[in-house]
Amino acid sequence: MFDFKVVTSWIDNLLRVQWGFPNFWTLATEFILTGVVILAAYAVIALILIYVERKVCAFFQCRIGPNRVGKWGLMQPVADMIKILLKEIISIDKSDKFLFKLAPFFVIVGSILTFSALPFAKGLHAIDFNIGVFYLLAVSSLGIIGILLAGWSSNNKFAMIGAMRSGAQLISYELSAALSLMTIVVLSGTMQLSDIIEGQTDGWFIFTGGVPAFIAFITYLIAGHAETNRGPFDLPEAESELTAGYHTEYSGITFGFYYLAEYMNMFVVAAIATTMFLGGWMPLHIPGWEGFNQVMDYIPSILWFFGKVAVCVFLALWVRWSFPRLRIDQLLKFEWKILMPISLVNLLLMAVCVTLF
Amino acid sequence: MEVKKIHIPNMKHEDFNDNEYLEKYVEELHKNGTNVIIGKIDDMINWGRSNSVWPLLFATSCCGIECMCVGAARCDFARFGWEVTRNSPRQADVMFVFGTLVHKMAPVLKRLYDQMAEPKYVIAVGSCAISGGPFKDSYHVIKGINEIIPVDVYVPGCPPRPDAILYGMMQMQRKIKLQEFFKLPEQPVIK
Amino acid sequence: MDNIRERILSLAPEATFEESQILTAMIPSDKFREVTLHLKNDKDMQFDYLQDLIGMDWGETLGVVYRLFSTSNNQCAVVLKTSTADRENPQLFSVSDLWDSANLYEREVYDFFGINFINHPGMRRLFLRSNWEGYPLRKDYNMDSNHLTMENQTIEEMETATTLNLTSEGLVNSSFQLFGEKEYVVNIGPQHPATHGVLHLRVSLDGETVKKIDPHFGYIHRGVEKMCEGYTYPQILHLTDRLDYLSGTMNRHAVCLCVEKALQLEIPERAQYVRTMLDELTRIASHLLGWGCMCMDMGSITAFVYGMRDREKIMDIFEETGGGRLMCNYSVIGGLSKDIHPNFLKRIREFIPYMRKMLKEYHTLFTENPIARGRMEGVGYLTREQAISYGVTGPSGRASGWSNDVRKIEPYAAYDKINFKEMLRTEGGTFDRYMIRLDEILESLKILEQLADGIPEGDYRAKTKAIIKLPEGDFFQRVENARGDFGVYISSKGDKSPYRVKFRSPCMTLASALDPITRGEKIADLIMIGGSLDYVIPCIDR
Repeated sequence: MFDFKVVTSWIDNLLRVQWGFPNFWTLATEFILTGVVILAAYAVIALILIYVERKVCAFFQCRIGPNRVGKWGLMQPVADMIKILLKEIISIDKSDKFLFKLAPFFVIVGSILTFSALPFAKGLHAIDFNIGVFYLLAVSSLGIIGILLAGWSSNNKFAMIGAMRSGAQLISYELSAALSLMTIVVLSGTMQLSDIIEGQTDGWFIFTGGVPAFIAFITYLIAGHAETNRGPFDLPEAESELTAGYHTEYSGITFGFYYLAEYMNMFVVAAIATTMFLGGWMPLHIPGWEGFNQVMDYIPSILWFFGKVAVCVFLALWVRWSFPRLRIDQLLKFEWKILMPISLVNLLLMAVCVTLF
Repeated sequence: MEVKKIHIPNMKHEDFNDNEYLEKYVEELHKNGTNVIIGKIDDMINWGRSNSVWPLLFATSCCGIECMCVGAARCDFARFGWEVTRNSPRQADVMFVFGTLVHKMAPVLKRLYDQMAEPKYVIAVGSCAISGGPFKDSYHVIKGINEIIPVDVYVPGCPPRPDAILYGMMQMQRKIKLQEFFKLPEQPVIK
Repeated sequence: MDNIRERILSLAPEATFEESQILTAMIPSDKFREVTLHLKNDKDMQFDYLQDLIGMDWGETLGVVYRLFSTSNNQCAVVLKTSTADRENPQLFSVSDLWDSANLYEREVYDFFGINFINHPGMRRLFLRSNWEGYPLRKDYNMDSNHLTMENQTIEEMETATTLNLTSEGLVNSSFQLFGEKEYVVNIGPQHPATHGVLHLRVSLDGETVKKIDPHFGYIHRGVEKMCEGYTYPQILHLTDRLDYLSGTMNRHAVCLCVEKALQLEIPERAQYVRTMLDELTRIASHLLGWGCMCMDMGSITAFVYGMRDREKIMDIFEETGGGRLMCNYSVIGGLSKDIHPNFLKRIREFIPYMRKMLKEYHTLFTENPIARGRMEGVGYLTREQAISYGVTGPSGRASGWSNDVRKIEPYAAYDKINFKEMLRTEGGTFDRYMIRLDEILESLKILEQLADGIPEGDYRAKTKAIIKLPEGDFFQRVENARGDFGVYISSKGDKSPYRVKFRSPCMTLASALDPITRGEKIADLIMIGGSLDYVIPCIDR
């Protein structure tokens, strides 16, 4: 399989040896390059996701969706982006100005930080901590602060109601998400993402982990979905109730940040589910079928990764456009009385399975 | 001077009924000292702005149902990219006014219009929004929303068919494409 | 009837009676309160349904017309009139403690005529702003007296109400605030994601729970009733479509029937059949839209788009035969404006099995969804007594167990020639109101099937004079709208324009029932309950 280390070590060699940069400048250049690539990838994937959602939603509703702007409507999100960059940014008079301007940055920064720790392909892994899973969970919680700040500083009753609801929802569902990820940590014995993927060479965890891994997969998808404020859990921005919820007062690119972050959080949740349960960039290997495994290895790892993420994202879109939304007390009841006990018991079950087998 | 042909996908320039309006508009812009677009960057900016218009729906009465029909499956305004209807005025580009405007609702409309972020446009749909419609003899109805806010496109009908509303939307796109972004024309002053 | 006549005479000896199909009595204002108390509470009569309360300006006197029905005996109906000669400061006794629907009706009469009602719990204008000068429906009102003001409404303006109480010292007028100072009051509307129109609710919240709701109307008040007084009878028809635009055909039918009844005109059977079929198609279209909007309120936009897709088929039928999609403009005084299109029956016959199939799909997609059931069940109960007292007619009233279908009580057009069931449910919750609309679509399809096979040949329009003048008197007609009991009251003095027109709005009572249903529920439930009641605001505001 093609290993991206070839590319990255070639660039390193170019800077260090051929152009003779001192260590500090080599590292600095590489960091800046990585940052630029990550931001570019973030923006491009967000644009693709926006287009996919609009088309998939349209097909579910027996409509066509965007098809005028470019062939098949492919340039639609680009037009959206150009427009959002040029809108006026209105600053509210009677709001807490500093917090008001700060809030979108929390959301987008949390999202980008999580995004950069994902393993996209073999060798294409920007940040590879040994506490990888812990880092992902911690950093994705930064978004909650952004939402609460947005609702509070807008000085608007509806925004505040939306932010309070969102805060309660996000904090609750974090627990189930974390517990289901812990199940996989128990199974694989390590928190480092690259080791988790290497551990799935002989079969993805969803198959080798048995029943507890499957239950953990389902609970993680539900809880992660709730974390992104989408689908049946989109009460904080419930359009038919509270107008626009916590981002009512934002306009222009500040609103664009919220818009982008929502789609990218969906991508990140799908990507984490892929990494932990479906093998990340690891192709499908069945132990004992060497010929089959060799054929699978020909498909590049980056395609495996994006293919699996696409399946999870499609599931998310499907659920979002079919189901109505849950009320806030039903939502919280679902988490605390149903999902969390299941996750706890599942974790115990996984620990028992690992010791016994 | 030449009007450069504004290109709307899937509809020929000759099929629009009011191309003379565009030429007159260009003349007026020139008289006020605004330059018609010739640069590529302006082209690209206007392409982006005209194809991604997010409406704020302000539907008060019967025309509101035709508004729902425009968004529904048969006449689908999502094909033009307009289906992202934002409920907060700060995030919307164009305000569709469907239906009659009465004295009690007028301050609300003005407040919503003021809350929108620039650049903003207004489309008046239905004869009530244009001139009071069948209710012009009433004591409580405003004879057209252009008494309160500036209007860019008028779509007549009682109620207009969804196809007519789509035509009005395409006219709006042509108008956006014509304006030079960095020197937008002066908004008319409402007394 | 004679029984009631004697009772009224025994309580109010000065009462006078008019010649009419329904017993009509003019009762002096001082005895009025006793008569109404007796009529409401008496075991034999039990007039528990106040259908309409109509303010009138009779030139020298200002007064009110009450239409009372008894739900236990559908043939029992009475019309009471009362008046006062004082035009400077008119006062009449309120009946809002007897019938809850009178609360909003009396505020409307105060708004249009200036009559203040004694012992009304919170008197203030209903549609117009509180600083409006004059009373529009009085005959001496100056149409140019109020100009547009762009001042925003203040909280005081919206929350101050007065009561006129009869105490030992005489009549005392006091004003009070509707909401306390410490209450967390939120505005919902008037511009809200456009499902039901421009309704402004001021809701007092306790966390997520609703404590009290105060609805504000008037944001689409177009003054239709005043305009009708200046138009001829055929011109009024144009305005009726635009009241409750989702049941436009049925409203138009009501006015046509009222005028035809007054002229004693015979409508050809062909016209009656076609009018009935159009009514039922409109009913299906309205219920589809109501269903779709309710699902959209819950968050499922897909269901809304599916409902609209099927509604487009009905719009095609309307457009081919009548010429308009939403506003069909087809019935006229005397019959139909033109004969039906040759494809009319074929399209309807194709539509019926298609719609049946789609209904099954809706049930699978939405009704059996556990999230949807969880949102709808156990929420928003309206008891039968509350429904009758608030005047909640239509599918919402039938979901609470009140059998109020006007098509069965006073059959009109071709309804007495067909078999159909009146759908009734007993619980009165949100889920029942949701299900009853889908069941009614099935019943309407059955009606269409029966009618499509038997349209008689013949004329489609009866001859009328070029200028239509109604004889002197009061005429009334009730019709089953998609939302309830739509009534038209025309008072004529023999001219080519009516003297007074009143439309009884079924949606006003639906909106007034929001307060008792929603107390103690959550905000998300408020939206659901509003969706399940399915009111249309221009019908309330006229």
